[in-house]
Amino acid sequence: MTSETFQPNIVAFCCHYCAYAAADLAGSMRLEYPTSLKVIELPCTGKLDVVYVLRAFEDGADGVMVAG
Amino acid sequence: MRVELVGGDKQPVGAVMVVGGGIAGMQASLDLADQGFKVYLVEAKSAIGGKMAQLDKTFPTNDCAMCTISPKLVETGSHPNIEILTNTEVREITGQAGDFSVHLRRAPRYVDTSRCVACGDCSNVCPVIIPDVFNEGLAPRHAVYKLYPQAVPNAYAIEKRGIAPCRDACPAGQRAQGYIALIREGRWQDALRVIKMDNPFPGICGRICNHRCETACNRGLVDEAINIRALKRFVTDKVYEQPRQPVSAALRTQPQRVAIIGAGPCGLTAAQDLALAGYAVTVFEAMPVPGGMLRLGVPEYRLPTEIIEREVQDIIDLGVDLRLNHRINNMDEVFEQGFDAVLVAVGAHEGVRLPIPGAGLDGVLVNTHFLRDVRLGKYSDGAQGDAELGHNVLVLGGGNVAIDCARSAVRLGREVQMACLEGWGQMPAHEWEIQAAQAEGIALHPGFTFERILDDGNGRVAGVECQRVASFSFDERGRLHVEKVPDSTLVIPCDTVIFSVGQRAGLAFIPGDANVGLTDRQMIAVNPNTLATSRPGVFAAGDCISGTAFVIEAVDRGHTAARSILRYLQGEALEPAPKPELPVVRLSPREVEERLRDGEIHRSGRVPLPELPVEQRINSFAEVEGGYDEQSAQAEAARCLACGICSECMSCVFACGREAINHDEAERFEEVRVGALILAPGYQVYNAHLSEEYGLGRYPNVVTALQYERLLSASGPTGGHVKRPSDDRSPKRIAFLQCVGSRDQSHDYCSSVCCMYAAKEAIMTVEHARAEARDGNGAADVHCQVFFMDTRAYSKGYEEYYRRAENKYGVQYTRCRLSDIKEDPQTKNLQVRYAAPEAGADGMIEQEFDLVVLSVGMEIAEPVKQLGRTLGVQLDDYGFCHTTLFDPLQTSRPGVYVAGPFREPKDIPETVVEASGAAANAARLLAPARYTLANVQEYPPEKDVTGEATRIGVFVCHCGSNIGGYLDVPGVAEYARSLPGVAHAEDNLYTCSQDTIAHIIDQVKTLGLNRVVVASCTPLTHEPLFQDAIRQAGLNPHLFEMANIRNQCSWVHSSDWQGGTEKAKSLVRMAVARAARLEALQIREVPVNNTALVIGGGAAGMVAALTLAGQGFPVHIIEREAELGGNLRRLHYFVPSNGDSGRLSPQEYLADLEQRVNQHPLVTTHLSTELIDSAGFKGNFISTLVCQGQVSTVKHGATLIATGGVEYKGREYAYGQDSRILTQLEFEALLAASQSALQGLKSVAMIQCVGPAEKYCSRLCCTTALKNALKLKELNPQTDVSIIYRDIRTYGFKERVYTEARRAGMRFIRYDFDRKPQVILPDGEGALAIRVWDLGLNRELELKPDLLVLSTPIVPAKGAKELASRLKLPIDMDGFFLEAHVKLRPVDFAVDGVFMAGMAHYPKFLDETIAQAQAAASRAASILSQEMMLANARVAHVDALKCVGCLTCVRLCPYDVPRISLDFTGVGNILGAAYIEPAICHGCGSCASECPAQAIQLLHYTDVQLLNKVDALFEVDVQSAFIPLESVEDRRAGQL
Repeated sequence: MTSETFQPNIVAFCCHYCAYAAADLAGSMRLEYPTSLKVIELPCTGKLDVVYVLRAFEDGADGVMVAG
Repeated sequence: MRVELVGGDKQPVGAVMVVGGGIAGMQASLDLADQGFKVYLVEAKSAIGGKMAQLDKTFPTNDCAMCTISPKLVETGSHPNIEILTNTEVREITGQAGDFSVHLRRAPRYVDTSRCVACGDCSNVCPVIIPDVFNEGLAPRHAVYKLYPQAVPNAYAIEKRGIAPCRDACPAGQRAQGYIALIREGRWQDALRVIKMDNPFPGICGRICNHRCETACNRGLVDEAINIRALKRFVTDKVYEQPRQPVSAALRTQPQRVAIIGAGPCGLTAAQDLALAGYAVTVFEAMPVPGGMLRLGVPEYRLPTEIIEREVQDIIDLGVDLRLNHRINNMDEVFEQGFDAVLVAVGAHEGVRLPIPGAGLDGVLVNTHFLRDVRLGKYSDGAQGDAELGHNVLVLGGGNVAIDCARSAVRLGREVQMACLEGWGQMPAHEWEIQAAQAEGIALHPGFTFERILDDGNGRVAGVECQRVASFSFDERGRLHVEKVPDSTLVIPCDTVIFSVGQRAGLAFIPGDANVGLTDRQMIAVNPNTLATSRPGVFAAGDCISGTAFVIEAVDRGHTAARSILRYLQGEALEPAPKPELPVVRLSPREVEERLRDGEIHRSGRVPLPELPVEQRINSFAEVEGGYDEQSAQAEAARCLACGICSECMSCVFACGREAINHDEAERFEEVRVGALILAPGYQVYNAHLSEEYGLGRYPNVVTALQYERLLSASGPTGGHVKRPSDDRSPKRIAFLQCVGSRDQSHDYCSSVCCMYAAKEAIMTVEHARAEARDGNGAADVHCQVFFMDTRAYSKGYEEYYRRAENKYGVQYTRCRLSDIKEDPQTKNLQVRYAAPEAGADGMIEQEFDLVVLSVGMEIAEPVKQLGRTLGVQLDDYGFCHTTLFDPLQTSRPGVYVAGPFREPKDIPETVVEASGAAANAARLLAPARYTLANVQEYPPEKDVTGEATRIGVFVCHCGSNIGGYLDVPGVAEYARSLPGVAHAEDNLYTCSQDTIAHIIDQVKTLGLNRVVVASCTPLTHEPLFQDAIRQAGLNPHLFEMANIRNQCSWVHSSDWQGGTEKAKSLVRMAVARAARLEALQIREVPVNNTALVIGGGAAGMVAALTLAGQGFPVHIIEREAELGGNLRRLHYFVPSNGDSGRLSPQEYLADLEQRVNQHPLVTTHLSTELIDSAGFKGNFISTLVCQGQVSTVKHGATLIATGGVEYKGREYAYGQDSRILTQLEFEALLAASQSALQGLKSVAMIQCVGPAEKYCSRLCCTTALKNALKLKELNPQTDVSIIYRDIRTYGFKERVYTEARRAGMRFIRYDFDRKPQVILPDGEGALAIRVWDLGLNRELELKPDLLVLSTPIVPAKGAKELASRLKLPIDMDGFFLEAHVKLRPVDFAVDGVFMAGMAHYPKFLDETIAQAQAAASRAASILSQEMMLANARVAHVDALKCVGCLTCVRLCPYDVPRISLDFTGVGNILGAAYIEPAICHGCGSCASECPAQAIQLLHYTDVQLLNKVDALFEVDVQSAFIPLESVEDRRAGQL
């Protein structure tokens, strides 16, 4: 796999009130990004348990993004 | 003002109307709706949000404005007790406080908000482009639009200004603006569709229409009208060069049959309409070809036969039965053939032969026959010897048909002349036709009568004898009277005469007894509205009722006749119902000028049309006029001014999959009954175009601050990268000009917010530049310079913020008012010149900037002033709503309250405060009617699904084409079916449509589903809808999960079908994995104690107590002093204010307030009492009080902190060392107490910003100093007053006090903290001396005043800090209580159930304190008005058996909710475990993720639910990844 074709699998943990809404807005504005990014909604980034991050890596994530 | 309700004991109406959907309107609505009132929120725009939604960031926290307002928007939009009425205005109110009738005008939105899913398909196809008002004109927008991406209601709207004049002028109502816009976009097919909606003959009209549209066109005001006819022709040329698409026959749905006599444009139009309406139509035509006059009257060179044939064929192919060569001779015959209705549209084919001698000679022809014969090929080219048509042709007549005859004869190789009655300039033919005829060599003889036709001796024409006309006229019966010039006989030699002096219908087939009446002029008589003749079932239209007219009129009559026949056949009244019409848009020259100035329009004449040269055209019947090519057509189309805004091109209607658009929606007038009104209509920014010296509009790089907000905003036109309008470059030098439209000759007030927003915009500019430099996209060196007079940083955190702008962000502040700006025409940079002490010889500095931002002030918009007048509330000279000091939110009309800048310019927190305060006023008026009109939703009993096998239903939405157009929706549904636990999966066109919702409910019941997943748009807007649906099906709403495959999939991966489909499958898999572990959660109800506890008995405390007690809530006031009154007791005067004379003095007001408190049966006052402890949570507090050693407890549902502040007394400026040095309050007392003490007082000096005020602005001191100085001047006019100040911060209307003080001759000396004034005390009896460096004069002054008054600030009350720690409430750096959110929760604490008001929050004036006290009361009432409080179900839950009591959660919780409770036993049976009260847990989950013992789970977001989602994302076997976890409900049951 070359660096040009590598699409990292990224999990984004997003706060319901801000980052998740921002991801929705990106949709309304039709801003394109790779399909390999998936959002998991949290009620607040305070709910992010470090276990979730570790589990994501364990399952095969290349990157984890926390936004809130 | 206490208002007595109508009729005493009559119950008021439990509804409130809030006018204005900005932040104030939303807050007032939410407060009232939460308290059990029905709220109608009226907004003039298509969405709520107001000005705040347009802002980028908010000061002083730099929070994103949209992020902070967005939750309020959603809450307002989804509140069951709030009905949002957009596009609505108040027209009138009747009735009185407690029972008003409000008359509303609801302008059409044209989009049904209940159907619209905000997909934007309509906007994508809308061809109309106008400046986007939300983006302050910096970006384009379509006529169908959503105000902004996050708009609530989340739906589109269509803007119509009216009917474009082109459409209005067209008899057939052609939507010229619409097809022109589509041509501009290169959408030829769509353009043709628009034309054909109103006119089946676009190719024909594109050639021969008399285009009245162009005469009416507003573009004519700019330069030349749009060449509309040529554009229409262009479209048909473009489309017709493609092979003709077959037209499918219309479906016959009606039993009746219609006969149409005449296959001309009128008859065929009606045939088309009736066929499309489902009727069988037969057209009888006497001639061998269809088309009527089009085919037989208009020469080929103007209208090619192929065009006619094509357009006629489109109608015939609808299934119309065309019978050619079929002359109808008898009307009865038609009915005998079984037709139910007949349309006579026989045209006017009979040419008129004047009854003059010689009219019967050979070689005398009539126009209609001649033209018909030419078209039917009777005279082939060069057939000069043809017996009938000689060589020298004279056409008699001056109309268009005469010219057609003449030009046709030219093309047959004849010598042609024309003669007519009318003189030059009077001929009825179009000017361009006359010119074309002359160019083709036709000789014209205007102004002659035709006396007789001369015989050549062989019975053939030899010439026409004419006489010159002096004048002519027609009498009332249409008869001609001519006055001839004597002896002016002229003979025009010719061998052929063609009469072209009029036409009439051939009505031979109508027998006299057919019951169809005729007119005097041998036309069929009809009712002009219905086109019905005197015989039932017979209609007539076209030239046979009107005489010759243009084809477009025939089309119009054809449509009208068809509609009339439809009504006749359906048994309806024949007269059409009157339809409300939009106004015709006529642009004023002024508007045109403004649009030219603003660069919206540029002058450019018509794009020229190619034309066949004369030498080519006279030899053939080839078309004379050429058409546009694509490029020139688009250029011509781009000149359109889009007058009507929406052109009704119907593109949106075709695009909308939800059938949400209705262009025929009309305005509605409604009447609503409410008990009270709250006016929160907001402000408009000053129209800075009026300050021409700044060049807004003329210079592209001068923008208003609101435009600059949009340039900064990430969702703005430049995507958050500041670019200057002229060249899209990042500006590096930006000037901010303050007080544009404030503090000037036409505004005697300060707009209160501009200083701070300029500081914010400057800070954000620097932040943006720094961020771009970090990303390597630009340099960080950006220079911001603010030109200002005084910096009004007067509120909490503002002073610090302003200094941060200067010190940390390098914003340069220059104190001057610029008088003009000049533009460098090359670079478009802007030059300013100003006087400065540091400048060189001429004292002037010249600077150049890339961009200038005008800090525009606040004004009241004209419609708002009109609203005020309509409601009969008193307004001031500027249109602001007048209120009084003691009742700041009460308008002059009882029952009508006001909030926000409509009352006085103000910023967001104060606006929010007033909104809640106004709500409290309305609630007090209407308290007895609480819950009488509020909505209650009923649901069936909930089904217990515990222990059931998982049966998940998955519903995948196409969202029209919004999802389905970009990924494989049926494939996703198919995939969902394969997932474990899924019992059913399906795809729906629109899952949120009413029918699908009903279907989901049905499926849940019939298939026994116990979990539901919807894969569609975003849960932020749609989760409540689907949860409601499953509740209706008997499921707990928490058994629902959404997969966001639109906003976070199809919309962002629109170019990747495969990838988007795979991601959608992943998102559905994740949702299903979580859904499998979802559990039913119970919403707990907690009883509420409806008593309030108010801490502090000053003005704030007393007003809050009375506001609550007035609504029926018991109140306890505790006051540590022995009497009520607080700081109010020390005030003697108020700031003078116009229009408020005769009001009470501070002490009279205090006495009144005290009396009302003491007499109120629901208020209990505890003097000399302190609070020593408070426990519990919102709705259920227990507080311990101590009064002179006596301890008592009070149970209450809400707590209000109103502990006030005190005047600071420190050692600065030698205070306390000399009796001549006083504080302002001491000086006020002196002014009040002894006028004798003032005798002989020659001079007084005041120093502003003393002690702590060097750190924060105490807000009151400037105004207080001016108030006392003015009082002194009033009492002792000869005393000199010097005010030593830094900035005079008389914000809002207080500016008037400053103006008055300057007029009264006060001396203002400006100093800086770098060089503070020095107070020199005399050694003995001598005078006080003050040395100060005057920055205005730039030199040191020495003053020797008799008195020195120090403007010391308000500091927090003693004991505030201790109280804060007892109640676990936060305080800020300066010791004032800290609100939950500086902008939007200004009286709330982060801890629920505790509120604040007055100077405990920050120094403020009495009216501000009163408003804030009312606001705090309103917020408290939101709790106290509930009998039971619904606890959030998604809360943290502690498994006590795992808790080690480590206190992590207790310390971590931002809301201070967890406690160690002795009611529980933790790990190892040790007494005490964490307890989280569900009623007050906010559900953020911080405790759950940090708990080291993993004893806490956040319900609905449990670890297993979230980890399932992560595992499912990576397709890790979800089943094996399950953490065994017993049901939360079981654990709870076991534990409690």
